[in-house]
Amino acid sequence: MAIFRASFICLLIVAMASVAQASTLENVKKDGFLKAGTHIENPGFSALDSNGKRVGFDVDFIRAVAAAVNVPEIKYTPLTSKERLPALQSGEIDLLSRTTTHTMSRDVKLGLDFTVTTLYDGQGMMVRKELGVTDAKDLDGATVCLQTGSTTELNISDYFRKHGMSFTPVVFDKQPDVRKAYDTGRCDVHTTDVSGLAAQRSLMEKPEEHIILSEVISKEPLGPVVRHGDNQWSDIVRWTIWLTMAAEEKGVNQANVEEMYAKSKDPEVQRMLGKTGSLWTDLGLDKGAPVRIIKTVGNYGEIFDRNLGPKTPLRMERGLNKQWNEGGLVYAPPFR
Amino acid sequence: MSERLAPQDKVPFWRSPQGRAWMFQLCMVGGFLWLAVSMYRNTLVNLKTRGISSGFGFLANEAGFRIGEVTGIPLPQGGLLWFLLSLVAGLAISQLIARQLKSDSGTPMNSKWLSVSLFFSIGLPMLTLYVFRDSIEIAHYTESSSYFMALLTGLGNTLKVTVIGCVASTILGLLIALGRLSPNWLLSNICRWYVELNRNLPVLLQLFFWYFIVLQQLPNVRKSIDLGGWLILNKRGLFLPSLVPQQGAWLFCATIVVALVAIWVLRRRAIRILDETGMPVKILFPALGFLIGLPALAWLVGGQPFTLDFPVLKGFNFKGGTGLTPEFTALVVGLTVYVSAFNAEIIRSGIEAVSKGQREAARALAMNERQVMRIVILPQAMRIIVPPMTSEYLAIAKNSSLAVAIGYPEFVSVGGTILNQSGQAVEIVGIWMGVYLCISLLISFGMNIYNSKVALVER
Repeated sequence: MAIFRASFICLLIVAMASVAQASTLENVKKDGFLKAGTHIENPGFSALDSNGKRVGFDVDFIRAVAAAVNVPEIKYTPLTSKERLPALQSGEIDLLSRTTTHTMSRDVKLGLDFTVTTLYDGQGMMVRKELGVTDAKDLDGATVCLQTGSTTELNISDYFRKHGMSFTPVVFDKQPDVRKAYDTGRCDVHTTDVSGLAAQRSLMEKPEEHIILSEVISKEPLGPVVRHGDNQWSDIVRWTIWLTMAAEEKGVNQANVEEMYAKSKDPEVQRMLGKTGSLWTDLGLDKGAPVRIIKTVGNYGEIFDRNLGPKTPLRMERGLNKQWNEGGLVYAPPFR
Repeated sequence: MSERLAPQDKVPFWRSPQGRAWMFQLCMVGGFLWLAVSMYRNTLVNLKTRGISSGFGFLANEAGFRIGEVTGIPLPQGGLLWFLLSLVAGLAISQLIARQLKSDSGTPMNSKWLSVSLFFSIGLPMLTLYVFRDSIEIAHYTESSSYFMALLTGLGNTLKVTVIGCVASTILGLLIALGRLSPNWLLSNICRWYVELNRNLPVLLQLFFWYFIVLQQLPNVRKSIDLGGWLILNKRGLFLPSLVPQQGAWLFCATIVVALVAIWVLRRRAIRILDETGMPVKILFPALGFLIGLPALAWLVGGQPFTLDFPVLKGFNFKGGTGLTPEFTALVVGLTVYVSAFNAEIIRSGIEAVSKGQREAARALAMNERQVMRIVILPQAMRIIVPPMTSEYLAIAKNSSLAVAIGYPEFVSVGGTILNQSGQAVEIVGIWMGVYLCISLLISFGMNIYNSKVALVER
């Protein structure tokens, strides 16, 4: 009987095992640091600078969120594209900012919540100039180097299938290995998002020998991702990003944000920067959050120019990522 | 005193050693069960609270991505089922014959019965294969295949590397071991350095070395090393002409099998005559006659069995023919070289463990060095070699998953792609673990059977 009783108790314990979840904002504040996932090394987006500090386009949005919730420290987890979604799902990180494409299956099936698209990108192809290829439709029979665990594999397969062409993929786990294999001549084509190609080209032995074909074969809206189900946390990330976009539209930048806060007569700027109204406290943050965000990372234009723009090794144009009133897609909802 | 030594049934069972032992065992089993059940439940609850869908239904969805190297997967239907059935039946019958003979006379089977059981275990399945050859379907993965097919293709690639790696590393290991044991100072030291260098460097590093350093030294596609179209070597791999089977191909292959069986029978007969009369029988020419004559006859009757398909440079790459990719080559060479160093040490220790007297006794019987090794030393060394060798074969199977770093589309690499596309992390990791466990258990099972054959038989 004693044995039966023991196993019965065991069963009871099992029945009681459950999962407790507190809100992400509370957890982050309690920990005193933000757990964020990002690239291992992708210059312009997330890479270590000469001082060993993590910098880049994706990193700046993480810093902006950390500034919004006012935690002093960020714990970066460098992730491969295969690891990134499980890391977020399992709670190892609370914010994923790693050029992640917003797709329907990811959104509805994986328990993820895509916030705001920070970069409208598309998949492109890079080839050696000496091949003399100018059009992607000339690539029948080519060998293509690419990284596993992203939408890249599906896009390139779809593209070749659509045009009745064949290709041989060589698939690696890490982006540096893809670059090495392409650079040594194992493949004719290197494919990933156009922004990524620009970053990888800057690391080639002779960057000037490679061209990025003008054909863009997919839509890649990239942006930070959070877990599904914590709406407050996802709103915080969303409005932090929209603030940087609206700031550019309104001419608020890193240098003049305090001056604008004090002197601007525009009621929307006043609401946006938390001088009037209760937008930011309603969100669960303090009134100083918006000014802190802009002081930390600047507005969207500054973030783009600093990391990806024409003066960086990536030499990217704004293109689709111009403000909506200049013909682009960057559009923040009104702050009211 | 006598009161203390009361009969057993009066001691309460938790105080009797046996009862206690049972109780502890049950607690242990209960604990494990509880752990397993709570892990399973927690996983399900966690998946549900995080809104992640679960289940294996996604495996039927279209994969949509392309795989660089595709191994054909024979579909388990039609002719293949008949083949498997006849294989099982044939093996069972020959096993039955062997057992019957043993219990009847206690002697091992003579050559008449051996050929009968050989017919059942090899001939019958081959015959079925020949009869049903047209209804065996081999599926090749394409983008429109399911995730399940993609996983099978990855598994096929893994098994290909594992089998080739096991065979090659054993042969290479044996050669290195014999080299180390050689009295030649230079040879033995070279082999020693080979072993020390290879077993002390991490295997991932070796794979990178072969892939990124050695194989990328080869010339570009347009500057290929080309031996008249028969052999083309460049950064994209090794290209050879492939055989395209024609009408007479099946007959041709069948006659080769027949010739091999005939040679084997000849050899047994020669050995028997040698044993009985002491007269050596020369079988080289009759054997060659069979091996060349029969297929040649088949060629004449059935027409040319194969035509050659030469690789041709078309656009970016060589098209047609067959060949090896650098990824496959680097993986096989890297794993083989790495594991052969361990195998060499295992084989050497096995050989050295056979007592010196055996070798001296064999020499005293006027055997030459090759015979000493082949007839006396190796069979005894096998008993020591086989168990540790099993772990090395397991190492090849498991280390082949490092291929993901050098772009070979094996099981883990393909699974990783599916994981990311479908997001079913728990299921994919479960499949990975289950499949590797199965491969490893199968290898262990096979090696254990072999071990029991070569182990010391106590009479």
